[in-house]
Amino acid sequence: MFLAKIYVTLKEGVLDPQGNAVSKALHAMNYKEVQNVRIGKYMELFIEGENAEEVEKRVDEMCSRLLANPVIEQYSYELLEVEA
Amino acid sequence: MKFGIVVFPGSNCDADVKHVVEEVLGLKADYLWHKDKSVKGYDCIVLPGGFSYGDYLREGAIARFSPIMEAVTDYALKGGLVLGICNGFQILLEAGLLPGAMRKNDSLQFRCHDTYLRVENAETPYTCLCSPGEVLKIPIAHAAGNYYADEKTLQELEEGGQVVFRYCSPSGEVLSQYNPNGSLNNIAGITNREGNILGMMPHPERCAEEIMSGVDGRKVFDSIVCWLKERCAL
Repeated sequence: MFLAKIYVTLKEGVLDPQGNAVSKALHAMNYKEVQNVRIGKYMELFIEGENAEEVEKRVDEMCSRLLANPVIEQYSYELLEVEA
Repeated sequence: MKFGIVVFPGSNCDADVKHVVEEVLGLKADYLWHKDKSVKGYDCIVLPGGFSYGDYLREGAIARFSPIMEAVTDYALKGGLVLGICNGFQILLEAGLLPGAMRKNDSLQFRCHDTYLRVENAETPYTCLCSPGEVLKIPIAHAAGNYYADEKTLQELEEGGQVVFRYCSPSGEVLSQYNPNGSLNNIAGITNREGNILGMMPHPERCAEEIMSGVDGRKVFDSIVCWLKERCAL
């Protein structure tokens, strides 16, 4: 069994209204050192498989086809082998 | 002349569109379930507004993989008329039938009110009864209508006359203060290059008869009918 930890974030340069609101809130709370906030998604997929390379290939496909929208988002992932 | 209205789990403007087609236009309309696999025999397919699949992951991201979308894609690529309203627009973007993507409104608010739209291209099947620059009052109701496309795509849209509607003042001035969601270039609706696929955030089906807040939405439907009739006559 594998665990894919997937991070989806907005591409650089794509406006993040949520991030801006959170950034303003942090400033209002006196965390003035915060320069910028970008909000994304974290997903965990538990995947059956034997071969890490095969699993990774399919995870990448899942990311580009559904989990992220390549027009505005980018993704990265880690693949860990876990106990079934 | 027959309209097909696709119903996804979570669509909620399907009945409004059917009402307009049947009761206002006096034409035929059928619901098409998202698990159907054919759109044969229809003159126009409408992807209605709503919250398909609860807007989970991203608006339209899951609906675009519904079985019927294969048939809709095939139909659209062969030149069939496909109108995506609100969530329907979001689904068309996710499906890649229209370029770009939607972000959350810049206000982070769900915006539900009338907007004024300037008709930028009056030669599409959806606006052929409008005059260029005409202003239509049509309401919006969405949380993610903040249209985005990269610079190159945006330029292609502008140069190709694919921007059909832009948010504007009641007298037609396109200014950022009349933009309800932060969309680039005040974009409210676009077509593909060929012009047969339209995505728009405002809801023409909500203002297509006297009893409603206005009648400007009817122009979109009347244009479709006129365009289809003329094409049939050719």
